[in-house]
Amino acid sequence: MSEATHHTATLRVRRGGANEVARYQDYQVPYEEGMSVLDALRWIRAHSDSTLAIRYSCINANACKTCMALVNGEVEYTCIAKLAPEVIILEPLPKRPLIRDLITDIVPEDEKL
Amino acid sequence: MPQVSTDVLIIGAGGAGMYAAIAAARNGASVILLDKSLVGRGGATVMAQMTVAAALAQQEPDHWTLHLQDTLRAGRGLCNEELAALVCEMGPERILEMETWGTRWARENNHIKQEMAPGHSRRRCCYVDFLNTGPAVAATLRRKVGEIPEIRRISNVAVIEIVVHEGSAVGAIALDIANSALVTLQTKAVILAAGGLTKLYERNSASANMAGEAYALALCAGAELIDMEFVQFFPIGHLAPRLVGMDPIMWDPFRYKLGGKLLNGRFEEFVDRYGGEDSGKYTAMRDLASYAILKEVEAGRGSPHNGAYLDFRHIDERDLRAAFGPVIDRLLKNGIDLNKTPVEVGPMAHYHMGGIRVGANMETRIKGLYAAGEAVGGANGANRLSGNAITEAFVFGERAGSSAARMAQQAAAAWNPTAVDAHADATRELVSKRSKGGVSPAAYQTELQHVMWEMVGPFRTGDKLAAALKRIQGMRDELPNLSVGSEASFNLDVQDWFELRAMFVTAEMVVAAALARTESRGAHQREDFPDSKAAFEQNQVLALTGGELRARWVDPARLMPREALHV
Repeated sequence: MSEATHHTATLRVRRGGANEVARYQDYQVPYEEGMSVLDALRWIRAHSDSTLAIRYSCINANACKTCMALVNGEVEYTCIAKLAPEVIILEPLPKRPLIRDLITDIVPEDEKL
Repeated sequence: MPQVSTDVLIIGAGGAGMYAAIAAARNGASVILLDKSLVGRGGATVMAQMTVAAALAQQEPDHWTLHLQDTLRAGRGLCNEELAALVCEMGPERILEMETWGTRWARENNHIKQEMAPGHSRRRCCYVDFLNTGPAVAATLRRKVGEIPEIRRISNVAVIEIVVHEGSAVGAIALDIANSALVTLQTKAVILAAGGLTKLYERNSASANMAGEAYALALCAGAELIDMEFVQFFPIGHLAPRLVGMDPIMWDPFRYKLGGKLLNGRFEEFVDRYGGEDSGKYTAMRDLASYAILKEVEAGRGSPHNGAYLDFRHIDERDLRAAFGPVIDRLLKNGIDLNKTPVEVGPMAHYHMGGIRVGANMETRIKGLYAAGEAVGGANGANRLSGNAITEAFVFGERAGSSAARMAQQAAAAWNPTAVDAHADATRELVSKRSKGGVSPAAYQTELQHVMWEMVGPFRTGDKLAAALKRIQGMRDELPNLSVGSEASFNLDVQDWFELRAMFVTAEMVVAAALARTESRGAHQREDFPDSKAAFEQNQVLALTGGELRARWVDPARLMPREALHV
């Protein structure tokens, strides 16, 4: 493995809304040991593509419980799922209605406008 | 006509906002409780793994006036004593009320267990095991709020302006994040409970929510703000190794339960060199500890990530596990074995002592506009005691909710029909621009956070502050040119843009106030003015006059003679 790949993670993110054909988009993210998947998603929004739709609030503490997604096919909190310097596939929760990209509808019905 | 109407609108659904909603409803009001994230899941409360201070006197003899003395001493002469007394006197009642609603405070021998924390003269800090205080109280309030039919909860809606008509707050304009549409809300009273400003800083312990919007909304509505220069930097926020799944300020209870050692890069204890008595007892107050760590870093004696070491190696493994049980396993999952390696810690933005200026009923000078929780300024003066933030969220939330409900019973609904127009145009233009490839609001937020950390952080100078002000004003002028995507649903660029606009307003208040206070006191440390000056034992009050930010200085609200406090 080359030096560069050691320090890069590739996030392959399923994108699109409920009525669109899904597409997968690759993002290269600088990797540091210990990083979470959410760290990488936040890095993408700040440095590479702010149109990526993600949901989170507490960032780091695994307290708000709103950042769930499929990480390599498993349901995980992205804030505690550890990143690795390889290809990671991210998809929205399959059992929730898709809104856009990684955001699904997890808002209780009686909390909607 | 406004789309939604209610008696009391509460902006922000953390601890203070949810408590305010319950109090408003039980005082006869209909309530809308809004959060830009999800109700009861955003803000600071849910992240607090720490303790709640209240003179319950269950662990040892205590009295709220002793809690008040400790609070005022920590505040370095600047506390609004009326507000501080309210927190200390009403705190026990709120803690016990939370227990009746289901919060399981840690107990021993048939009483609520209370621990010591820095700056407190008694063991009065209660908590929910293990490091679960914030999530547990948020869950209690969320459940309680959900049981009350008079409270309508709305998630993913961000308020962008308080509507004021003939001198009274009559509602709000908000952004529906789901579709970037504007929402108009008509109300008889508004409570700002949207927390503090820690998101302004690169190193912070905040959630994604607290970008200082409450302060910007209050200022633009015509309210006054107080002591905006006093940002609390939590001294021992986690720096390294990377730790996920935990609140970065989690180390505090480890220290006061077990006595972790704070060491510099040479593994020497150092806090006592700066006038603190630390040596494993952990009694140094927050501002002193931050100062000591950063001075060691400046002298070349910091840890590798520019902080200090926190060392638990002298503590028996069984004692660690007995005190923190499952948390020890969570740390091991992060590759952190406290028996083998010290962790690195350092100051990070944690809380704002300054905020919206209110009276004892949480009322601002704008009729119908109230504040609660961290959004309120003044109760903690120049430095907040550990454990007072959740107490203040409950107490101020209850107070604001009941005051606003009483006020709403006497007020008639009104509206300002032109208020929404300017926003409607601006928002339409934002989403229709289709500009791609430029700087995004999210990227600009990151840049602002860097400027604030480097130039308006724990140590300040006039030169750096003046440069920061210029930089912030220059960045703000770029707002119309930022790149905003055209996605129809959950367009986070639009949300970020409005958030950033509020961040600039609040950042400018912090910098302007820090420039004007040419002394060092509590959390505000000026390297060019290292001493406290008696003449500055005053609060700085900011407000807009003819669209310009203006400051005036006032004497702090006093309750008791200074001698009584031994300060």
